[in-house]
Amino acid sequence: MAQAIDDSVLVRDYISGDEHALEILIRRHNQRITSFIYSKVMDRDIAEDIFQDTFIKVINTLKKGNYSEEGKFLPWVMRIAHNLIIDFFRKNKRMPKFEGSDDFNIFSVIGDEDLNAEGMIIKEQIDTDLELLIDELPEDQKEVLVMRIYRDMSFKEISENTGVSINTALGRMRYALINLRKIIQKHNIVLTDM
Amino acid sequence: MEKIYSEEKNLCRLAKARPETIRFLLDYSRSLKILAYQGFKFEANIN
Repeated sequence: MAQAIDDSVLVRDYISGDEHALEILIRRHNQRITSFIYSKVMDRDIAEDIFQDTFIKVINTLKKGNYSEEGKFLPWVMRIAHNLIIDFFRKNKRMPKFEGSDDFNIFSVIGDEDLNAEGMIIKEQIDTDLELLIDELPEDQKEVLVMRIYRDMSFKEISENTGVSINTALGRMRYALINLRKIIQKHNIVLTDM
Repeated sequence: MEKIYSEEKNLCRLAKARPETIRFLLDYSRSLKILAYQGFKFEANIN
């Protein structure tokens, strides 16, 4: 039975000059990447453009020998696509739009509290990054933090569920937050786009 | 008791880049040459 060649092998072959390896990589991940882009921009032509720009960046980086994420080809490409989607939304903001006058601002009458598409993408990314950080915490601290933040449980409920006293649960939560801050500082992570 | 069933919608749409786009990328890749000279990298498109 034929076995699919690993992405890392194809990347290496492509860097060594095998152009066919790139074709396999593009065809292999075409649907996943295009669907991801399309799910954000909801326009076939724009999705196509961003897909093309993504792979132009991929090609340039690989040919220049600047690629260093061996074995993580798809997440790397997805990150490039993700950044290009954000660029697309940022550029769109500069398009001419009605701003109202000094006396009247349309947005004081109508308002949308929801995040816009760019905001949603950034929030999604922050949530994902935060989940990875939480995963680094010791198991007992992680458990309390997940129950409190994600399941909105009270410390009384946490104490009943975990079999520890309320004070211990509070202490674990405190250390979880201290440790999260330490991890963030250690890795110089910025969780907002401000 | 009244039961309310929500209609399940498949919001996930699969999309694929067109063959022309893939052909363009492969041609672009073939035409792109990176030349290194004294620590500098130069891009050259040979069409």
